[in-house]
Amino acid sequence: MLRITDLFARVEEKEILKGLNLTVNPGEVHAIMGPNGAGKSTLGNVLSGREGYEVTGGKVEFNGKDLFDLEIEERAREGLFLAFQYPVEIPGVSNMEFLKAAVDAKRKHKGEADLSAVEFMKVARDASKRVSLDQAFLKRGVNEGFSGGEKKRNEIMQMMLLEPSLCILDETDSGLDIDALQVVANGVNAMRSPDRSFIVVTHYQRLLDYIVPDYVHVLANGKIVKTGDKSLALELEEKGYAWLEDEAV
Amino acid sequence: MSEQVEHLIKKEYAAGFHTNIASETLPPGLNEDVIRFISAKKSEPEWLLEWRLKAYKAWQEMSEPTWAHVKYDEIDFQAVSYYSAPKSMDEKPKSLDEVDPELLRTYEKLGIPLHEQAALAGVAMDVVFDSVSVVTTFREKLLEAGVIFCSISEAVQKYPELIKKYLGSVVPQKDNFYAALNSAVFSDGSFVYIPKGVRCPMELSTYFRINEQNTGQFERTLIIADEGSYVSYLEGCTAPMRDENQVHAAVVELVALDNAEIKYSTVQNWYPGNEEGKGGIYNFVTKRGVCHTSAKISWTQVETGSAVTWKYPSCVLRGDNSVGEFYSVALTNNYQQADTGTKMIHIGKNTRSTIISKGISAGKSSNAYRGLVRINPGAEGARNYTQCDSLLIGDKCGAHTFPYIESKNPTAVIEHEATTSKVSEDQMFLCQQRGLDAEKAVSMIVNGFCREVFKELPMEFAVEAGKLLEVSLEGSVG
Repeated sequence: MLRITDLFARVEEKEILKGLNLTVNPGEVHAIMGPNGAGKSTLGNVLSGREGYEVTGGKVEFNGKDLFDLEIEERAREGLFLAFQYPVEIPGVSNMEFLKAAVDAKRKHKGEADLSAVEFMKVARDASKRVSLDQAFLKRGVNEGFSGGEKKRNEIMQMMLLEPSLCILDETDSGLDIDALQVVANGVNAMRSPDRSFIVVTHYQRLLDYIVPDYVHVLANGKIVKTGDKSLALELEEKGYAWLEDEAV
Repeated sequence: MSEQVEHLIKKEYAAGFHTNIASETLPPGLNEDVIRFISAKKSEPEWLLEWRLKAYKAWQEMSEPTWAHVKYDEIDFQAVSYYSAPKSMDEKPKSLDEVDPELLRTYEKLGIPLHEQAALAGVAMDVVFDSVSVVTTFREKLLEAGVIFCSISEAVQKYPELIKKYLGSVVPQKDNFYAALNSAVFSDGSFVYIPKGVRCPMELSTYFRINEQNTGQFERTLIIADEGSYVSYLEGCTAPMRDENQVHAAVVELVALDNAEIKYSTVQNWYPGNEEGKGGIYNFVTKRGVCHTSAKISWTQVETGSAVTWKYPSCVLRGDNSVGEFYSVALTNNYQQADTGTKMIHIGKNTRSTIISKGISAGKSSNAYRGLVRINPGAEGARNYTQCDSLLIGDKCGAHTFPYIESKNPTAVIEHEATTSKVSEDQMFLCQQRGLDAEKAVSMIVNGFCREVFKELPMEFAVEAGKLLEVSLEGSVG
């Protein structure tokens, strides 16, 4: 699925990732934890190709392809999905129109015909139900006037509709109350399957009570300094990160 | 994103071809003889010639306005030809069968079939080619409802009392430099009269085409909606691609009598000049409507063309309870410059006006909104709501807002909201991360920005406008 080898990347001349290695096999859920400024969000942005993130070394293989050969939208159509920490608003563009364009772009990539408006409506309504988002949200502008929780649920709905093979959740739990957190977690859990993988970036152990990971990695000072199972998350909750950061230097 | 954005605007201007046709074109230059020639060509009555000459005298005393936020080389009005018409139009064709096939092909190429069976359902067309009206479709059908739709030259002959009463009643000859010039040399345009209580059964539309080189187009449109009537009217315009600038100075007058409603929509796509800012139309237009008691005038414009646009469709809310609306999308790219907006003059009591302006600037263009809201002392209970939004694409363009508010009645309520935003890197990234390419992402974001205005357009044209925007934006991202 995903093989990251010795990845170096920088943002505005500042080296953030410094030799990161990570392999994600189909069906696995990997949690990435770590202190502020460790490079957690950078990883998601680098993998999805965001401008301003410069790769200076290493390679990433995604579903057998060199990820860095692909444009942002090509990576997305190949099945890479990034759920944003702070989803932006696109005023005047209805959620429905936006989602249909995204789904059609992906279908076209796979050589499939566009969904008819009626077919799409049915799929979209179903997805909105699964994330407990009222159907009225489909007609509103993309994230326009949505609360923090509604924006995150909207992200998960997009993930459901696009059926990616690799989902990267970038601190999706930040700013969520416990109910919204459960809705998001249920959505993710419902999507778990043997051929879909997740990278869950989080600051807090709390999310991992709901989305139980196969592996927990600690990212500190631009690389992964420790890997364990879900018990590592609990240990981190108790002891903090300081004891690991020394290992990274 | 700026690098990425910088590349998207490079599609060919699809209407940029020239029709090879024998024309009778006056040599460049403007004097009384030219005006007499135009007037004679149209067999006008003496009073109208005098009217033109009076305007010409006034124009000679006036100077070009310089207050607009646009820069261009001084126009040599003596280097412009003031009349050009296809020779085949010497005798006005009585039906489509008599129209030069070359002309018909021109409109077909522009996507405007003129044969009634092929025409857009429910739309009657008047088409103006350089200085003359070529044909007006569905006239008989409209006449059954009492609706008059013809060229203004023909109206001068057939309905002289209406012309005499209303021509210049909304935009006087001396109104401004360009209106005075137009009054002196206007060659053709459309005339509409909707009788009392009639709801016009079709959309009316005029398509303006400039073809000849070094020719100015000076058309004049007059629409009269009698008491309790309704009409929806749409104009479109294109011109060939040329390295020289060409002048277009139109006047549009609307009269909405008691309880009447006029909806006037424009899709302006004059040649905007090339990527280096060479060529393009200079578009100086005076559009104004008068609303009598409880009447309503609604202007909707989508302005994507022209090298320079100077245009302020306005409403004079003379009657009590009358309503004025202005919905505008103005898009500038490359080196285009636009200074556009509206004037809402509240005279009657309880008059209401709404202004929604969306300016989009890309490339190295400059886009200004200029609007006046004036509440006269007698306009008890007047209300205005103005919303002015600017969207910037890239970092080499400019957006400006010049709102003027003059209130002389303390009971008036005036609201003004303005925003300026950029197509943000975050929005682009969200779209692309969901699988949309950059072009699609920009056009979607821009279309969303314009939604409030597009929904005011007649349906067929709303789709057209969306597509036009997409073409005009091509090359702004890449």
